Amino acid sequence: MTATSARPGTADPVRGVLDPPAAVERRRPRLPFSPWHLLLAPLALVFAVPLVWLVLSSVMTNAEINRFPPALWPSGIDLGGYRYVLGNAMFPRWFANSLIVSAVTVAANLVFGSLAGYAFARMRFAGSRVLLGLMLATMAVPFQLTMIPTFLVMKKLGLIDTLGALIVPSLVTPFAVFLLRQFFLSLPRELEEAAWIDGCSRLRVLWRIVLPLSRPALATVAVLTFLTTWNDLTWPLIAINHDTQYTLQLGLTTFQGQHHTQWAAVMAGNVITVLPVLLAFLGAQKTFIQSITSSGLKG
Amino acid sequence: MPRLPRPITVEGPPPDPRPLRRKRRRETGTAWAFVSPAVLIVLGLSIVPVIWSLLLSFQASDLVTPSRWVGLDNYRALAQDPNFSQAVRNTLLYTVLYVPLSLLFGLALALVLNRRIRLVGLYRTLIFVPFVLSATAQGVLFSFILDPEFGAANSVLHRLGVSSQGFLSDPSQALLVLVAITLWSGTGFCVVVYLAALQDVPQSLIEAARLDGAGRRHLLRHVTLPTLTPVTVFLVLWQAIQSLQVFDLVYVTTKGGPLGSTTVIVYFIWEQAFKNATAGYGASAAYVLAVALALVAGAVRLVRRRGRHRLEGARS
Repeated sequence: MTATSARPGTADPVRGVLDPPAAVERRRPRLPFSPWHLLLAPLALVFAVPLVWLVLSSVMTNAEINRFPPALWPSGIDLGGYRYVLGNAMFPRWFANSLIVSAVTVAANLVFGSLAGYAFARMRFAGSRVLLGLMLATMAVPFQLTMIPTFLVMKKLGLIDTLGALIVPSLVTPFAVFLLRQFFLSLPRELEEAAWIDGCSRLRVLWRIVLPLSRPALATVAVLTFLTTWNDLTWPLIAINHDTQYTLQLGLTTFQGQHHTQWAAVMAGNVITVLPVLLAFLGAQKTFIQSITSSGLKG
Repeated sequence: MPRLPRPITVEGPPPDPRPLRRKRRRETGTAWAFVSPAVLIVLGLSIVPVIWSLLLSFQASDLVTPSRWVGLDNYRALAQDPNFSQAVRNTLLYTVLYVPLSLLFGLALALVLNRRIRLVGLYRTLIFVPFVLSATAQGVLFSFILDPEFGAANSVLHRLGVSSQGFLSDPSQALLVLVAITLWSGTGFCVVVYLAALQDVPQSLIEAARLDGAGRRHLLRHVTLPTLTPVTVFLVLWQAIQSLQVFDLVYVTTKGGPLGSTTVIVYFIWEQAFKNATAGYGASAAYVLAVALALVAGAVRLVRRRGRHRLEGARS
């Protein structure tokens, strides 16, 4: 039967009905490539050109940029902007600050998010429902509503103008707790129960059995926490005054304000600011896109 | 006396469930230990501030000297403040332009990128990359590109014979330019979310519609778009909330100017609370924004629920 329908030339009415698009395509005049490229290539260019310009202008000389009309293509690679930014300005310090804040925040969210998420997923304790409900409710609270009192709390704690002020408020987000809880709920229970009844502590069960199975959820929390922490400007702007404690984002915008005509240096600083995120994205593109869409679709 | 052979029994858990119950009871301590860091941070820096903000909004406070109770004065002043109503208008205009455009472009691009053509992965990457850049980086980059004197944009326009534009320094253009910048960086998000959703359109449904003689347009109208509705609703909500809260990009590019043409609500709140030392006034504006956001979320949820009912009605 299969052989009959596969034989070429056999009149096969069912095939004909199933495959009208193939028949239509055969009649079309052929381009060496899909016509959609004619639309997609210029569009992709629109998205890419500003980024290309970012890199190009960072290796131009100020003379090239400051003439009218400015050059669109560098005559050579001039690293003056980078030299200035890495030597005279405080970019290395700001880079380190951003790195510390992001690393600690990501690690803390993974640890505390896992602990709380696991307790909410698997353990029954007094008040768990109320607490979980409150946590969920806080996800809907906009940051603008809490930023003034949070500033006052940080001031009372003596953390304003230190990296601590940037780290403490986001040590664990309700998002991390909730996302990990949902993932833990989807895991089969039997494995954990067996280990637990055999005398394993909950912490050991979480560390040995649950977390190794939860890599996708942990990656999502890590990616989104890193992205929001590294890219944040609002909170550092409020909590930090002294330039030794700036993050890269705050440093970059201040630097731009002070060096308005040194565009090459500003763009070099901008490249340094976006490079970690860009490299992380290009290196783990699938994880990034999955994290961002999955968190979106569940919301 | 010879020992009696012990009866062979399995030393399993006794039928009495007490040990397990004891284990569960002991667990309350462990559970609280597990959740306490999260509870402390989330409640301490979220629930308490929400109430604190409310109290603050009834006070005159500069965050340094003791504050004074003023009742509803802040809200009354807000209703009459032309700067605040301008901020509201700017924010609404920004939202009304950005949300539909980003969804429309996102959907169109996703439909095209869902085809089997070469280099689709590259196109998707290029369109999505701007999304991971910080608003600061975008703002600094476009301040440069759109700089009226030294910017590449005017350089290109000059070569094309078009006169120089003010862009971010022109009160009639600045807000539209901000929308365009956000479209550049935010469309990619809609694209990948729609692309993910398109993977979930059941293949059997498409086949069945084809068998019934549906053309491409019919497939799109009656099969694809309806299955995308929940995602569209989510995106409307998400993008609206994002754009009602826009701040970083405005701070980096225009600082609310020129002539207040890009002052948005959050910029107004920040200015009042941390620049003009009128924190109580800023808190009252923040409460107005929070209520507006809650209303948007509620309205969208209502639409979604009604949509679901209609879908279920059609199915039965």
